[in-house]
Amino acid sequence: MIAVGALLHAKHLSRSPLEIAISLVVPVVQATLAVYLLRSGGAGDRLLDAAVGAGMMGVWSSVLFGSGAAIQNQRWQGTLEMIMLAPRRPALVLVPITLATALTGTYAILATLLWGRLLYGIRLDFAHPVAFAVVAPACILSLGLFGLLLAATFVLLRNANALANTLEYPVWLVSGMLVPITVLPGWTGPLAAALPTTWAARALREATGGGPVWPSAALCVGIGLTCAVLGAFALTYVERRARASATLALA
Amino acid sequence: MGIAVEAEDLRRTYRSRTGWARARRTEVDAVRGISFSIERGELFGLLGPNGAGKTTTIKMLNTLLIPTSGRARVCGYDVVADTREVRRRIGYVFGGDRGLYDRLSGLDNLRYFAELYGVPPREQKRRIGELLDLVRLTGRERERVEGYSRGMRQRLHIARGLLHRPEVLFLDEPSIGVDPVAARELRGAVADLAAAGTTVLLTTHYMAEADELCDRIAVIADGAIQALGTPAELRARAAGRVGTREPTLEDAYVAIVQPS
Repeated sequence: MIAVGALLHAKHLSRSPLEIAISLVVPVVQATLAVYLLRSGGAGDRLLDAAVGAGMMGVWSSVLFGSGAAIQNQRWQGTLEMIMLAPRRPALVLVPITLATALTGTYAILATLLWGRLLYGIRLDFAHPVAFAVVAPACILSLGLFGLLLAATFVLLRNANALANTLEYPVWLVSGMLVPITVLPGWTGPLAAALPTTWAARALREATGGGPVWPSAALCVGIGLTCAVLGAFALTYVERRARASATLALA
Repeated sequence: MGIAVEAEDLRRTYRSRTGWARARRTEVDAVRGISFSIERGELFGLLGPNGAGKTTTIKMLNTLLIPTSGRARVCGYDVVADTREVRRRIGYVFGGDRGLYDRLSGLDNLRYFAELYGVPPREQKRRIGELLDLVRLTGRERERVEGYSRGMRQRLHIARGLLHRPEVLFLDEPSIGVDPVAARELRGAVADLAAAGTTVLLTTHYMAEADELCDRIAVIADGAIQALGTPAELRARAAGRVGTREPTLEDAYVAIVQPS
């Protein structure tokens, strides 16, 4: 059910002209900005990091807006009530949607790598290419599971997209997707350590530039699985609250 | 026969809050203590003006809303305590354009909901084929839903609602915006379902539709049941108000919701 659901939701997302336009443009713009920032900062040797980091930003945006806007979109389409009416645990109903958003976000990494190679001649010289090929999908799926926890919050809010908007940039900044977290204020450290995005970015950076990939990847997957368990419990509670407060439908 | 749906003193109050600094709370009593029961295999109509509480009642019975107070059971299961058991046994179809994945084909929509509603994979193909035939969408199932007419969407809604062979079917204004020919076919399909033993709770604004289909009708206004009986019993209430002609269900409805 999860596989069929995720594929059909990915199919539905990939047919939205708006989604396609955003997926095409945003990661490439972010990658371009990152390349110029690093070049002007004299870090021309880290351009591959920039391409991968910008790709991760795209995955995070896709998961965040996928979980937030997808719930809102389901409301607009009138399908939220229909799917929540299924005789399944709420988490099982929503996890295909969050996984689908992570799957469509995969494009961002591919696009930024291709963009970097073709336009800026960045050499795709991965320190651990096999590890990168394994870790990238694992991290993307973990972010999809993180999306489930986000979705639990978003079901309760009629304007979930407002919360999604405020989370996008702080999280990619704190997670060190482009800027090293060592340059950020100390209080952001514990916050960063709790986010799967931080470990996903670190694992991919280590697979790209060298370093111990697997501990970071394991932490990312571990936090993702914890989010899935927490999200499942939260969704059961939240679904009941949404039925009590009549927030499943638009009216 | 047995009871399929039972509502006891059901109430639902909507509470909302507006503003931040000086929050203003408002309460609306949408349903004010309604009680009725529906026999297995019965086709029961719920009529009433807009805002009367019909949809709220249906949503409490199909588990989408938790009642503020009162109790309801579907096929013997409590709608609050045994939510999943109730959901296994019910189908829900509402009128209008929404409720489907527009950028997927009709077939993909049915495949997805078949998975969600637990139709075994081996049965899915056959069941979807049967339902496409039933709602006359065979041959159009691979087209995207965004290209469907309103009538086709409504028929797809019905097919989706029937995928898991529900014992109780909730139809909330299914013929709204559907052309007369499609509405007639819809009525035929609903009558066939009831004849085959499916319990149906139907809300509609079309009196002729209710008169033709329903075994019993409850007229609801201002969140309370104003009248309940067979169409003939309700029509009899309007006798003497319409001169010498035979009163229609519409006459009875107007007499009930707008007593002079």
